[in-house]
Amino acid sequence: MNPTDLKYSKEHEWARVDGNTVVVGITQFAADQLGDVVYVDLPAAGTDIAQFGKFGEIESVKTVSDLFSPVGGKIIEVNDAVKDSPEKVNEDTYGNGWLLKIEITDSAQLDTLMDAAGYESLTAE
Amino acid sequence: MVPFGGWDMPVQYPAGIISESRSVRNNCGIFDVSHMGRIEFTGPGAVPFLDTILSAHVAALKPGRSKYHMICNEQGGIIDDAIVYRLDVEKCLLVVNAGNAEADMAWIKPKADAHDGVDMRVVTDEIGMIAVQGPKAIEIVDSLSEGTASSIRRFRIGDITVAGVPCQAARTGYTGEDGFELMPPADRLEELWQALKEAGCDECGLGSRDVLRLEAGLMLHGSDMTVDNNPYEAGLAWTIKLDKPGYYIPGEALRKIAASETEKVIAGFRMTGRAIPRHGMSIHDGSAGQDAVGVVTSGTHSQTLDADIGMGYVPRRLAESGTPIELDVRGRSVTAEIVELPFYKRF
Repeated sequence: MNPTDLKYSKEHEWARVDGNTVVVGITQFAADQLGDVVYVDLPAAGTDIAQFGKFGEIESVKTVSDLFSPVGGKIIEVNDAVKDSPEKVNEDTYGNGWLLKIEITDSAQLDTLMDAAGYESLTAE
Repeated sequence: MVPFGGWDMPVQYPAGIISESRSVRNNCGIFDVSHMGRIEFTGPGAVPFLDTILSAHVAALKPGRSKYHMICNEQGGIIDDAIVYRLDVEKCLLVVNAGNAEADMAWIKPKADAHDGVDMRVVTDEIGMIAVQGPKAIEIVDSLSEGTASSIRRFRIGDITVAGVPCQAARTGYTGEDGFELMPPADRLEELWQALKEAGCDECGLGSRDVLRLEAGLMLHGSDMTVDNNPYEAGLAWTIKLDKPGYYIPGEALRKIAASETEKVIAGFRMTGRAIPRHGMSIHDGSAGQDAVGVVTSGTHSQTLDADIGMGYVPRRLAESGTPIELDVRGRSVTAEIVELPFYKRF
């Protein structure tokens, strides 16, 4: 199930808010749809990203998908461990499978995201 | 589940493609391949008729043996690839790709109807088909058939009873591993599936089947070759018997194609840069800015080989093993190297 303390985008990314920092990953639904993840391409820390802007690519045996940031800001940290062990995205989607930490520019952007219930009704369709 | 040739097919079971592929390479996997088209030909005209259509020499096959071959049109284009099993002197079973079953029928049926002594019957819905593949496959099927399975040698077919279910058992497959394709009555397929699962087989879907067949260098019709390709450029010359006696419909066209080297040819490659090759990506002889010289027909990430591998058509001058090539991966140029097929070899 999707943790209730997270925010969700319709592009299937999650955001965990911790003050000005937002941790970003893909949802369990997205990970299940992709299947075994083989590559995760992420930008360098220090890069600026717009809300819903493309920040990378995630590729599984089956298919490749673009990654879109649920919030805008400066990327302050990238999960290098997931580049070396992409299976973390499948195994621990909401934990060690995180992708980016972003210093958010405008916290009002969070209001445009869904809560867990909203996201679940989206993926139930 | 995805629609595939009019069937709903599982791409993967909960274990996932990588785990399923590993099962087949190390243990034993089962695939429900009931979607594959199965056509029976019976009568005194069956074998002579099939020799006019199929690239194999059917009359030379003893009962109980099979041959992988091409079904080509009058121009030598590949309508489908298939396996023909000679069940008896006057009876053959043809197993074709689900996605091509209609095209095959459109090509074959009018000719069968016009030929003396051929009764043609589609049995796809009556008979199920489970591929049991992997190093433990023979042992497992033997354990369920009182040891009768292993008496069927590679590329042969026989009637056995597996877990109480009567089956035609063909020692063929599409994974590069030893194993069987078991054909039980359709209404007993599930019972056989459960028995195989309980005996230690792992459930596998279409996704791992595609990875495994590519590792084994096996072509997929519709991806690696279409009706616009001939068997010579598709690396399938070995399946064409032009010296068989009697009339063979594409014979003249194929002889002409065989007389000189085709311009392009299918080749295997392994990525040296980081990317998974995908069907339709262009192949370049230099940087991706230059004109494309070829196209990727199949590609995947191989867990078995810990590599990204693919196949595609390239000009003959580039088909030599060790030749560097580049792929256009969503606008990025990524390097690869031509390698010998197959990527993986058990036998």
